[in-house]
Amino acid sequence: MSKKILAYFVSIIALIVSIGFGVTVGTVAIPISTLWNSSADAGAANILWNIRMPRVVLAGMVGASLAIAGAAFQGLLKNPLADPYTLGISSGASVGAVITLFFSISIPFLGIFTLPVFSMLGAFLTMLGVIGFAKLVDRSMKMETIILTGIIFSSFLGSIISLMIALTGEELRQIIGWLLGSVSMRGWDYVNMALPFMIIGSILMWVSRRELNAMLFGEERAKHLGVNVKQRKMMILIGGSMVTGAAVAVSGTIGFVGLVVPHIVRLLWGADHRHVLPLSLVNGATLLIVCDLVSRTIISPTELPIGVITAFIGAPVFAFIFFNQRRTGGM
Amino acid sequence: MLHIHQLSGGYLEVPVVKDVSFEVQKGEMLGILGPNGSGKSTLLKVISGILPARTGSITLNGAAIETFSTKELARQMAVLPQLHAHAFTHSVRETVSLGRYPHQTGWFSSWSAEDEAAVVEAMKLTDVLKYEHTSLDQLSGGEQQRVFVAQASAQQAPLLLLDEPTNHLDIAHQTQLLDTIKKQCIEKGMTIISVFHDINLASLYCDRLLLMENGSIKHLGEPHVVIKDQQIENVYKARVSTHPHPEQPKPQITLMPNVQKLQTDFWVNKSNFRIEDEYVLLQSAHPLKTVSSAVVNAGSGWYRTFINRCVPPTYDHENIAADMFSYLQTHGFIPTDTVGMMTAISPSNVEIADYPMEFGSITIAVTAGVGNAIDVSKSFEQDRQAPVGTINTWIIINGNLSEEAFIQAMITATEAKTKALYEQQILDPFTGTLATGTPTDSLLVAATQQGQSYPYAGPVTELGKVIGRGVFECTVKAIQKTQSSTA
Repeated sequence: MSKKILAYFVSIIALIVSIGFGVTVGTVAIPISTLWNSSADAGAANILWNIRMPRVVLAGMVGASLAIAGAAFQGLLKNPLADPYTLGISSGASVGAVITLFFSISIPFLGIFTLPVFSMLGAFLTMLGVIGFAKLVDRSMKMETIILTGIIFSSFLGSIISLMIALTGEELRQIIGWLLGSVSMRGWDYVNMALPFMIIGSILMWVSRRELNAMLFGEERAKHLGVNVKQRKMMILIGGSMVTGAAVAVSGTIGFVGLVVPHIVRLLWGADHRHVLPLSLVNGATLLIVCDLVSRTIISPTELPIGVITAFIGAPVFAFIFFNQRRTGGM
Repeated sequence: MLHIHQLSGGYLEVPVVKDVSFEVQKGEMLGILGPNGSGKSTLLKVISGILPARTGSITLNGAAIETFSTKELARQMAVLPQLHAHAFTHSVRETVSLGRYPHQTGWFSSWSAEDEAAVVEAMKLTDVLKYEHTSLDQLSGGEQQRVFVAQASAQQAPLLLLDEPTNHLDIAHQTQLLDTIKKQCIEKGMTIISVFHDINLASLYCDRLLLMENGSIKHLGEPHVVIKDQQIENVYKARVSTHPHPEQPKPQITLMPNVQKLQTDFWVNKSNFRIEDEYVLLQSAHPLKTVSSAVVNAGSGWYRTFINRCVPPTYDHENIAADMFSYLQTHGFIPTDTVGMMTAISPSNVEIADYPMEFGSITIAVTAGVGNAIDVSKSFEQDRQAPVGTINTWIIINGNLSEEAFIQAMITATEAKTKALYEQQILDPFTGTLATGTPTDSLLVAATQQGQSYPYAGPVTELGKVIGRGVFECTVKAIQKTQSSTA
């Protein structure tokens, strides 16, 4: 048990440190004391609280969401390569978001939540589509089948987005930047917009942590162990769609976070979902805060899209997991 | 405990399981047998709720199975599936702990002392406690299967369903696993239903067997009711022969290959015998099915070499069988392929003769010493030491004998031997009455198991007649030879 306590301790320290660097490092160096010193320079405090802090918090939220969703999807599908991005769910969420912007949809009752709600709907429908189609192709839902289905759906949904962008011309120029994935210049509004869904979605997945452990042995086995498989599956899928949809709505498509983080967590601390889920959440936040820091400082003053950094780390990890799985015959 | 009534169900429109009804009592172990595709795994899946029942009912402890929630059902019924590969692996403890899932409630349910005790006990029972922190994928197939038995055991359900639990396990692991499961059945009154591929294992461990064919029950009952040559042959379409287990009161089957005619026809007669200074030797080209009371390889078996070894009258050895064994080795015989007898009579006094029959033939060899003759009906009055002189009788048959025929041949031969002693007026030196044999007589009946079938060998059968006459004649001559050589 002490190993697990250490895991949480290390993860939380890393998160705090990354937040510290995230708010202080940049084109303007800001002393860390500005955080608590009320008599600090007003300009610096403004940058810290209104520009950097929301950015860091948003990056953390998005990273946490994508990582916990990845961990849950991998457990549910017994597929180590599953992640909101590889499954095409992020693309689905993007379509939902772009449709909202394209048609300037604003449902009065939802208000600022219109965008994340449509993203989530897009994510959820895409997920049902991908899983349904993969099952149709191959009842045993092999790892490769699911990933290929994800690629098919991603490509198709990507073309829909391109079409909509082409049709609108200038207006949605901003969408392109957004699509590449970024957490910059979003402000606290976006944090407020996404946070409730991320919390509800994460809780939905977390309450099914023991069921996820059972489902790793297959749905039949889980049922024999007393798991209400249909109900739990739906909870996890809805929870995963909520956090993914919310993350995409505020930051666009950022790939591979949900793949890299849970994999490293499992490698270090084992496959027990009671710990994989919360540890992925914390470390996902840390990873994306660090990636964002790197993306905006590495070739400063130019900012790289954050998706570039995550893909740079994530694609090799993806290749490594795939190689390992095929070599050991794990699937 | 469990009542299945007119159950039908399966994957598609056409039910794989058709109109199946049976009951299982508490503490009983029921084995489900059947050829591939007979629906035995499907039946198990319908019972465990993985596949829907189309018609019929399943009642567990008096309540219809549909009325249980998934969790309630898991507290009543544990299922052990066949081995599968996994993408991520838990440690052994984590895996076994999952068995406690149905006993935990609420979102934050904590691990109780009871849970911990059940998990540790299950790991001890299956001997996996030593791997507690090892990752599942680092264990062998047999060890993994034991971990899953522990998981099902931690579930502490009174009913356990198993699907070919010994698949892919070697024989040591098969017995270990089934012993462990059976122990729970006996000690905790656990009820077990298991699908078996191996008929012999099912017979050994199960109280009752259910033999399925095309989704229906063909036979149901205790192993001796279900495992019968004809019934197994009809269902499995394979030739089998049943025989009793050497230790347990359970029938076992042996496969009968259809290629037995590959060996060439052969014939054994007097010319196959050789008389050496120290022994009489019969060397057959192919193994003979043999029943004997020899020193080495007594009982029944298949052997090619037969030795009647002559030892001096003063021969005395602590372990006669071990001495005979090493004697065979030093003289270039293969002990596992040789039946060895002993006598004090010189090989030169052996009487060997061929007796033709309509289709087969028999060859009889007898060495007879009567210095120690005894009247068996009065042997209780005596206490003899160091017996010298014995009658060894060999009957080699070119024919195919049934089990009964072997036993009847031995009776017939013994009666003929006694008649020969009577004819020669051999008396028991102690009582003065007519002798019936010696205290150390041995008998060997061997057959080629080819050609003419002889189902019986009683005195009025063709085979019995030849044995009776042949043993009588050879014994008389052998006694005369021995008497004239010692006179």
